Amino acid sequence: MRDVAIIGVGMIKFGRYPEKTVPELAAQAALLALKDAGMSMKDIELLTSGNLYQSNAMVGQRILQIIGQTGIPVINVSNACATGSTAFREAYMSVASGAYDVALAIGSEQMGKMGLLGAGGGGGADPAYSTEGVLGSGLMPAVFGMAGVEHMRKYGTTMEQFAKVSVKNHKHSMHNPYSQYQTEVGLEDVLNARVVSWPNTLYMCCPTGDGAAAAVVCSMEKARQYTTKPIRIAASVLTSDPWTQRDLTMPDINTLTRNAAKEAYEKSGVGPEDLDLIELHDCFATAELLHYENLGICGEGEAGRMIDEGATYVGGKIPVNASGGLLSKGHPLGATGVANVCEVVWHLRGEAGNRQVEGAKVGLAHVIGLGSACTIQILEK
Amino acid sequence: MAEAPTAEKPQEKTQKPIVPFLRLPSEPGEKPYLQGSRCTSCGAVYLGKRMACSKCFSTDPMDEIKLSDKGELHVFSIVHQSAPGVPTPYVAAIVDLPEGVSVRCNITGVEADPKNLKFGMPVQMTTQTIRTDREGNDVVAFSFQPA
Repeated sequence: MRDVAIIGVGMIKFGRYPEKTVPELAAQAALLALKDAGMSMKDIELLTSGNLYQSNAMVGQRILQIIGQTGIPVINVSNACATGSTAFREAYMSVASGAYDVALAIGSEQMGKMGLLGAGGGGGADPAYSTEGVLGSGLMPAVFGMAGVEHMRKYGTTMEQFAKVSVKNHKHSMHNPYSQYQTEVGLEDVLNARVVSWPNTLYMCCPTGDGAAAAVVCSMEKARQYTTKPIRIAASVLTSDPWTQRDLTMPDINTLTRNAAKEAYEKSGVGPEDLDLIELHDCFATAELLHYENLGICGEGEAGRMIDEGATYVGGKIPVNASGGLLSKGHPLGATGVANVCEVVWHLRGEAGNRQVEGAKVGLAHVIGLGSACTIQILEK
Repeated sequence: MAEAPTAEKPQEKTQKPIVPFLRLPSEPGEKPYLQGSRCTSCGAVYLGKRMACSKCFSTDPMDEIKLSDKGELHVFSIVHQSAPGVPTPYVAAIVDLPEGVSVRCNITGVEADPKNLKFGMPVQMTTQTIRTDREGNDVVAFSFQPA
C-alpha cells in the first residue's frame, strides 16, 4: 500500500433542502471539493458515492450526469451511518492499492423531517407482529440510551455528565457555518428538555436533515503537483461487530470501535496521546462519553470526569467535535463520514476559522453505523 | 354427497407468538417459554434456532434448550418518544438469563420511571395477548416484571 493524500474537500451546510434532489446536493459538495483540489471531473478516475435512503437508485451515476460523465467506474455504497466514511475508505483503498491515482468520495443524504429512524418498520407483512415497544426498542434513541445506562451501571456516570456533551457540542457549533444548528444551550436547558429516551433528552439526540460532503484523494506522489498542503491518510480502518455475548440483543457499540482504534493506531504509528482533535460519532450524547474510552483518550470509567473537566472543549487537552458534532452539525447519514473528514482536514490546514484547534497536526475521524460498522480515519499534515 | 373440501372448513383461530423463539405449548399445564440454542462446540447460547455459531463458526446442530423464565435486569431506557401507535412511556430493557443469553424486552408491572428500576434486579417472564392479526389469531408477547 502506498501513501495517499486528501487534496480537496467540500461540504454544504447541513440543513433542510426539500427543493433539491439528492444528486443536486451531492453535486454541490463535489464541485466544492474539486475546486479545492484544483481539479475537474476529467482528472477523477473513480467515484465512490455513499447514500443510504436511495441506495437502490444509482446516486453516484446521477451525480456524474450533473457534473461530468466521463465513464469512470462508480461504486455506490450503503453501510448505515458509516455509509459516507465507508465510501471514503473505498476511495482511499483504491488509490492506496495502486489501482487508481485520483478518486472522489461523496457522501449525501436527504432525510427531511422523517422522525425516528426505522420507526415505521417491523412486523413483516402483518403489523400485528411488530415488536417495537412490545419487546423493548430497536430504535436508536433507546439503543444509545441503554448503551449510556450501561456506562452508568459500570462507572456511576451521571445524566448531568452525558448532558454536558450536548452543552459542549452546541457551544462548538456556534463557530461552524456548516452546522445545521448554531445555537448555544445551557446545562439546565438540556436536562429540562423533553425526554426522548432516558437518559437522552431532545438536545442529546442528533437531528435528521439533508447534506452532502466530498473529498478528493490522490496518491501522495501526485498530490504534490496540486497542493503544498496535502493531508496524509495515515490510517483508514473499517470493522464490523465481532461476537460478544449481548451483541445480537443489545448492539455492542464499544468492541468494534475499540478494534478499529487499535488497528488504526497500529497502522498509523499514532497513539491517542498524539491526537490534536477528534471528530467522533455523537449521534446521541451518551455515545460520545463511551467513545472517549473506546478511542483510548482516557482510561476506563474516566469519561465522565473528562467532560466534567472540560478537556474535550476546543482549547482543552483533546478537543472533540469542534464542528458541533452530529448533535448540532447534523447527521444526514450518508454525508456524515465524509463531512467528518472535511472538518479534520480544515483544522490540519489551519482553515477552520473561529473554531480552529491551534497547531493541529494529527486528527481522527470516527463513525459508527448500527448493525454494525465502524470506521476510523487518522489524518496528518 | 361428496365431502366438503377441507379448504372450506372455517379455519381455527389460535394463539400465535410474536416471535418464533417464544413457544406456546398446547399441552395443559405447560407454560410459555423462550426457546434457545446452545452451541455444542463452544457453549455459546442464542435465542431461537441457528444455522451456525457466530462465536466459533461451528455448523454442527445445536442443542435446543428451554430458557429460564427468571432473569436479571441488565440495563434499560425509558422510552418517551416512539413510532406512531406505540404507547409511551414504557421501559425498554435488556434482561440477562442464567443460561448466558440476553433478551430484549419491556419491563412491565412498574411505573416507567428510573427510580423503580435497579441494575441486577430479579425479573420474571410473563406473557400477554397484545393484538389480533389479520387472520384473527391472538398475538402473544412476553415481557418481564419485577420478581
